[in-house]
Amino acid sequence: MKKTRVGKMAACVLRHVFKKPATTRYPFVKSSSPKAFRGKIVFYPEKCVGCKMCMRDCPSGAIEIAQTGEKQFEATFDLSKCIYCAQCVDSCLKKALEFSGEFELARLDRRQCIVTFRAPHQKTP
Amino acid sequence: MHDLRDLHDVKVPFGPQHPALKEPESFLISLRGEKITSMSVRLGYNHRGIEKACEERTYVQDVYLLERICGICSHSHSTCFVQAVEEIAGLRVPERALYIRSLIGELERIHSHLLWLGVAGHEVGFDTLLMYAWRDREVVMDILVKLTGNRVNYGINTIGGVRRDITADQIQEVLEAVRALEEKTKYYIQVATEEVTFVKRMSGVGVLLPEDAVRLGAVGPTARASGVDRDIRRDDPYAAYARIPFKVPTSTHNDVYGRAVVRLSELMESYQMIRKILKDLPEGPLTVRAPRKVPAGESLSRYEAPRGEDVHYVKSNGTEKPERVKVRAPTLANIQAVSRMLEDRYLADLPIVIAAIDPCFSCTDRLIGVKQEARRKKDTMSWEEVRVSGIRWYRERGIDFSSLNKELERWLG
Ligand code: SF4
Ligand code: SF4
Repeated sequence: MKKTRVGKMAACVLRHVFKKPATTRYPFVKSSSPKAFRGKIVFYPEKCVGCKMCMRDCPSGAIEIAQTGEKQFEATFDLSKCIYCAQCVDSCLKKALEFSGEFELARLDRRQCIVTFRAPHQKTP
Repeated sequence: MHDLRDLHDVKVPFGPQHPALKEPESFLISLRGEKITSMSVRLGYNHRGIEKACEERTYVQDVYLLERICGICSHSHSTCFVQAVEEIAGLRVPERALYIRSLIGELERIHSHLLWLGVAGHEVGFDTLLMYAWRDREVVMDILVKLTGNRVNYGINTIGGVRRDITADQIQEVLEAVRALEEKTKYYIQVATEEVTFVKRMSGVGVLLPEDAVRLGAVGPTARASGVDRDIRRDDPYAAYARIPFKVPTSTHNDVYGRAVVRLSELMESYQMIRKILKDLPEGPLTVRAPRKVPAGESLSRYEAPRGEDVHYVKSNGTEKPERVKVRAPTLANIQAVSRMLEDRYLADLPIVIAAIDPCFSCTDRLIGVKQEARRKKDTMSWEEVRVSGIRWYRERGIDFSSLNKELERWLG
């Protein structure tokens, strides 16, 4: 049997009294996400050709691509459904979708979770 | 003086909602005095119907769905599933992808075992260990988010390979993190084996003899701590494990202490394996093209998850969607052993003994449909029927919520 004793971690704990806390002060201090982080999906309407591969592969049915004019498409995302897997980004052969590092997406109202990306000139006034 | 033999067994329901349980699960405990005479486990409070949902989704979608069986061994489930599909489709996954799968698998094991160490500390009232173990677990979580894009549910797997490459800078980062974690783990091994309160609280608790471990089909660290030398990574190698030498730590303590020792030793092995993986990482593509329609066939895939052997069975029928997916999560194999471990033991040992198999009840949850052949009655209920029957059940017992409901509605406007 190994030699055992009481308070094996005491020294470690005491040392930490004089150290900075291990936690960060988020949300008082902004926190950034690493480059690889899969956050909110961004849509580039000018690149989309409306093949709807993204819709077909999305595991949670969070994307809707709709045609708004000749060769013009808009994308609607339900952020409360999206699981941020970025499969849509992989599925899109035209690189019309991209993930961003944005992660503060919680909303009190479900309706605010629905975001639509339109081509710039289509923006409703 | 009372004679204990005169006492009757007292049945205590523990759960499904209980402050000491992290997930809803029901245990019915028969007590005589402070001692447990028998215990039965009832699953079914966390059922999510994932297997059925898989049949309605394409293979690509199922990878993400199955990954979400468990937040802790998410990579285990997704790898286990893609392996099965790749086998049916006859895909040859590139070497580099296999190495990356093993790498993420080992990183996952590290974060899972450090998490367990903290939980075990907490269950025996050693919360200092919880705080420090979880602080250090952040190191591996940070590495995982940098490599894969998320702390949990990494989404690294796809059918036919992996989705993300690993760069030379990242390799350096991982190596540095592994070095730091190795130091920390050495310290925790010292703490776990030398801190007298920890050792005494764990020793001789939750004993599972080797023959019982085999008979009850225990897997993973639970089995290995009872001297059952089984590890899928070695016995049925997948990913890159056939090319990575490693030892399978076992222990003959047969108790909770043994399970702690096995997990801590596995951590040290994982660090060594990660170094080897990164050293040997072959160049090459990350994926092979996978067909959308998988030819008809079936496959059984095994994976050594941090909690033990994970099994996925996939049956395909030539369409885009699987015909059947069956999952056997490691906790389902280990949960039977818990009743045995607790027989004739004190009630106070229950939390740590349950925690020692590192249970994950939502992964384990199963639903059994019983067909009432004789009565030919429908055995399923719609949501509305469940609601109505619930209201009726309470009314029959003199509890009526309707006035309360009206009040609430008025309140909410
Ligand atoms: S996959 Fe890409 S190009 Fe096709 S509809 Fe979706 S966003 Fe547009
Ligand atoms: S990130 Fe995943 S869940 Fe979200 S829209 Fe894309 S495919 Fe769908």
